[in-house]
Amino acid sequence: MSAHHDEPFRLNTPDLADLNETLDRRAFFQRTASGLGALALGSLLGSAAQASPMSEEKLESIRRQVAPKAKRVVYLFMAGGPSQFETFDYKPKLASMLGKGLPDSVRGGQRLTGMSANQANLPIAPSLYKFDQYGKSRAWVSELLPYTAQVVDELCIVKSLFTEQINHDPAITFFQTGHQLPGRPSIGSWVSYGLGSENQNLPAFIVLVSKNASKDQPLYARLWGNGFLPSEHQGVQFRSGKDPVLFLNNPEGYDGTDREKMLDYLTQLNQVQNESWGDPEVNARISQYEMAFRMQTSVPEVMDTAGEPDEVFELYGPDSRDKGSYAANCLLARKLLEKDVRFVQLYHQGWDHHGSLPKGMVKQCKQVDQATAGLIVDLKRRGILEDTLVIWGGEFGRTVYSQGKLSAADYGRDHHPRCFTMWMAGAGVKPGFSYGQTDDFSYNIVKDPVHVHDVQATLLHLLGVDHEQLVYKYQGRRFRLTDVHGRVVNEILT
Amino acid sequence: MKKQYIVIAVLAGAVAFLVASCFQKNGTQHIKSGNEPISYNFDIRPILSDKCFACHGPDAKKREAGLRLDVAESAYGKLREGKGFAIFPGKPEQSEVYKRITSLDPTYQMPTPESHLGLLNESEVGLVKKWIEQGARYEQHWAFAAPRKSALPRVADDNWPRNEIDYFTLDKMEENDLEPSEEASREQLIKRLSLDLTGLAPSLALQQKFEKDESEKTYEKIVDELIARKSFGEKMAVQWMDVARYGDSFGYQNDHSRTQWPWRDWVISAFNKNVPYDRFVTWQLAGDLLPNASKEQILATAFLRNHKYNEEAGIILEEYRIEYNLDKTKTVSSGLLGLTVECAQCHDHKYDPISQEDYYRLFAFFNNSKEKGQAKIIGGTAVVPALDITDAERKSILNFVNSKDTSTIWVSVMSENDTIRPTHILSRGVYDAPGRIVTASGLKAVMKFDTTLYPKNRLGLAKWMFNKNNPLTARVYVNQVWQEFFGRGIVKSTGDFGMQGDLPSHPALLDWLAVDFMEHGWNVKRLVKQIVMSATYRQSSKLTPEKKEKDPENIYLARGARYRIPAEMIRDVVLSSSGLLSPEIGGASVRPYQPKGLWENSTAGRGDLTKYVPDTGSNLYRRGIYTFIKVTLPPPAMIVFDASSRDHCEVKRQKTNTPLQALIMLNDPAVLEASRVLAERMIAKSANVQANIRESFLRIVCRQPTEKEMELLTEYYNSEASTFTKDKKHAVRVLNAGEYPHEPKVNQVQAAALMRVINALYNMEEVITKS
Repeated sequence: MSAHHDEPFRLNTPDLADLNETLDRRAFFQRTASGLGALALGSLLGSAAQASPMSEEKLESIRRQVAPKAKRVVYLFMAGGPSQFETFDYKPKLASMLGKGLPDSVRGGQRLTGMSANQANLPIAPSLYKFDQYGKSRAWVSELLPYTAQVVDELCIVKSLFTEQINHDPAITFFQTGHQLPGRPSIGSWVSYGLGSENQNLPAFIVLVSKNASKDQPLYARLWGNGFLPSEHQGVQFRSGKDPVLFLNNPEGYDGTDREKMLDYLTQLNQVQNESWGDPEVNARISQYEMAFRMQTSVPEVMDTAGEPDEVFELYGPDSRDKGSYAANCLLARKLLEKDVRFVQLYHQGWDHHGSLPKGMVKQCKQVDQATAGLIVDLKRRGILEDTLVIWGGEFGRTVYSQGKLSAADYGRDHHPRCFTMWMAGAGVKPGFSYGQTDDFSYNIVKDPVHVHDVQATLLHLLGVDHEQLVYKYQGRRFRLTDVHGRVVNEILT
Repeated sequence: MKKQYIVIAVLAGAVAFLVASCFQKNGTQHIKSGNEPISYNFDIRPILSDKCFACHGPDAKKREAGLRLDVAESAYGKLREGKGFAIFPGKPEQSEVYKRITSLDPTYQMPTPESHLGLLNESEVGLVKKWIEQGARYEQHWAFAAPRKSALPRVADDNWPRNEIDYFTLDKMEENDLEPSEEASREQLIKRLSLDLTGLAPSLALQQKFEKDESEKTYEKIVDELIARKSFGEKMAVQWMDVARYGDSFGYQNDHSRTQWPWRDWVISAFNKNVPYDRFVTWQLAGDLLPNASKEQILATAFLRNHKYNEEAGIILEEYRIEYNLDKTKTVSSGLLGLTVECAQCHDHKYDPISQEDYYRLFAFFNNSKEKGQAKIIGGTAVVPALDITDAERKSILNFVNSKDTSTIWVSVMSENDTIRPTHILSRGVYDAPGRIVTASGLKAVMKFDTTLYPKNRLGLAKWMFNKNNPLTARVYVNQVWQEFFGRGIVKSTGDFGMQGDLPSHPALLDWLAVDFMEHGWNVKRLVKQIVMSATYRQSSKLTPEKKEKDPENIYLARGARYRIPAEMIRDVVLSSSGLLSPEIGGASVRPYQPKGLWENSTAGRGDLTKYVPDTGSNLYRRGIYTFIKVTLPPPAMIVFDASSRDHCEVKRQKTNTPLQALIMLNDPAVLEASRVLAERMIAKSANVQANIRESFLRIVCRQPTEKEMELLTEYYNSEASTFTKDKKHAVRVLNAGEYPHEPKVNQVQAAALMRVINALYNMEEVITKS
């Protein structure tokens, strides 16, 4: 860690004016110039084959229901369920309760997973890590997140999240699709469907998975799947390495240069077809090939971070030079957001600490802390934090009691759906604000509960979409991301 | 101020919606004029169901003002609140319903602004008015009345029909002022038949045979030949795999592999043996309950065990045991009965007359299974109850199960508990909120479940489904098969024949086909033949401006279907046209080329599916149906082309058109390899550029190229050949696609140039389109 590691976090300092000069000016102008309208894109990406059950007019009217605060979203998903005890939910009273049993009155009959259901007792495990207050907002942050602590005045921390799911697969599926069973569209797909894309060279919904995470729990393609929505709304995974988008490039060893020539001939061949059949699908196919061709240039271009100044890599931390790491993905996310990609979803696995939690948390926090804070700073100084929504959090929280052996320096925590912490920042959410409160054991919520569906409703609201109106009729039923639930958490909005 | 804004917004939304809905209606609904009778089923119920039933329908808990508009007694009765009647037959002005749907007062109008359902449009209001004027007569929902075979409609052009189907379609065309298209060209027809009946591109020999003899007899002979091929069973089975949510892994968390594929082999063989549909389904639902059940009959019940199975540590077992049964209920209701009943898992259905009790009575059929939330994994890849299939059995009674390995294979199947496990209605559908106990029964709204006829077990359920008076079973399957040939069902919402579903475009045809299907012993091959022999099927798919204007969606079938073929078929066309296809049928699923790192990046390192190692040799060239499906990460080249993820029962696929699809056709090693192998083989035979291009075109596009096309392709060939002549190493690098052995001693420059041409052909829109 350099002696001046906190330097980039001094926001709005005069030096930033210089930095702005080094930003890609073209990118800046692209962003501010009116983006390609969703309607135009509808004809580019959305084919005529499967007319969307909601007409463009209807979609347009939905978009206008609420004034949008956010133009784009970056969702930093901490898969596995990070502990609230070692991050944001400070519980000083636990310090003196090491090893004592969790009072039955607190537990109140909450179901336990099959993993701790057979445990003879439920001994309290206080956080091994110290907390302090930071920023003007005086928010409590653990010593494991020193960089995040520096940007705490940008964050809106919600400590009263709860979910209904207690196991990973259903819980993460619930968070990402609004339903615990697989098969529903993911949040990003809903957003792509409802708002379309503003970039004609990149997909509207892009997924980045950290390669450097401890893969304690798997991820599933359904988390960015389109469910019953047309497949153009599927999240497209960008991967580090030679083939950033599946099939974007030639397979290994094969020489496919001169592709442009083939596309020329192909277009002419398809046009012959178009003339004889009169089917608009032929033209649609021709445009898809043109888009594919553009992606072959635009994707490698946007993924190439080599041109970024050293100062930027320093901001995101040393890992950011290692392609595919969480930090590099944060930097890439910024580039995608600058290009007005609508929804960027990051996944960082490794938060499932049933045992050896203290060690695990040190490692996990170190992997994400600096880059996450760096992303906030970078978005802010480029002027796009104000219309970009940043979300950080996992699928559930963890228990106050130790799973397995407890000692002063070592413990584990089981899954806990009843309360956990996540934060948002940027477009339309109150900066330097904390919402919701849990009891002294962070076992129950005592104030302002926020359900998973409420987060989803709020996210859509910030994008200018009423979650009750963004519906898709499938097999006779109207489906929503928020099912029949969800409340916009107005209390955290500016 | 704020309120005013809301009102304006709501009005704006309503106007936008009105405009939208006026434009959306294209021919599906007539504006009735004069005294033409209004049909409740076809004109009124869709409106009421969509706009009213959510609060005034079957769901007792959500019912407002005690008013139901789905049953006449309540709708005609005195209103509980206010004065008068919801519907006063004959007098719209005195009917509260009419007053409210025409009101502009947001506090009075229906649907309420808060419901976000949108107001009725002008034509809908007109229909409701006329219906009330005509006496507001209610009818039983069309799909819940047993189908009846009506007389063939009288048509003006008697020469056109070739079989009964055509009378019904021509009748609709005439009604809508449309004329049938001319018959498609021979080359178009043989491609269409080959794709529809075998899923493969027609071979050169087949194309020539068909071309030579245009007689009706030849057409029929070739149809019979194609239906008799083994590839017929493979083609038909693809659709059934979606219904049965077949996958090769357990589908949750660590996602281990499982061996349900012997069941898939059984399905293929059943289609090829033309097992009647009633037996086909009865075995799958209740093979184990048949007297002296054979191993084949028990194996068929794997159908009910194809759902995902959670192996995650710490799950609550009962929660998942229930989950598996919910999945079975969904598969049977939506896949076989064409009803979406899941809503009734938590509350009475909002649209269809299916109560929560009805739902759990259906659920009860599956609740007596010996399954547990988590159970012993047997043979590494099946969950008890499981069936063992020995090598000896594979050589005798189960000879359709293809395995090179001699060890015993285990398949998860159904087996009943000795004493009946009570089924509770689960409050809000939650596993730990059991309510009243119910017994097993078929859905009473569909057809009475007569316990003197049917035992209260899965066998009874099957018998109830295949009673000739069951209004759904035959209609639903006939519709699914129709969809395979025309790209769209007669009922467009293939999985929903309920009140929210689409109405049949050709109700009399659907009924005729359903009854005919039953009368002829649920004979699937016969049904298929009937469809492809019709004049309707044989029409050209050319889209004229007039037809585009009158019937853009081709609802009335005045032209042949034209649409992008499904994922598996794309692969099969590439393999069959290039000559790479392995003819092997069945067996353990295979692993074709897949981009590196996909499984590796998403795994937590546990289980046997952490690394993807592609197969080698002939297993790389197996049909799409045999591609290994890891349910948590299904094969991307399939998913991008809208294949089912097999998460749950699906009866209809999307047909999207996206840039990622273009990337696959351009860069998938499977397509490049096929291009290379075909090019090398042809160059090895002959160096005649024109002949080679023409033959590739015939094999891949399945027709003669036009002059213009030949010109373009030759130009492209020459330009590539001259590039490669200058740099021979470049040609070698181009030919470096796939592991299939190179033809010895071919001219690499020519082969590479031809390969490029072939690769371009595979990327033509027409190649992956059924036309």
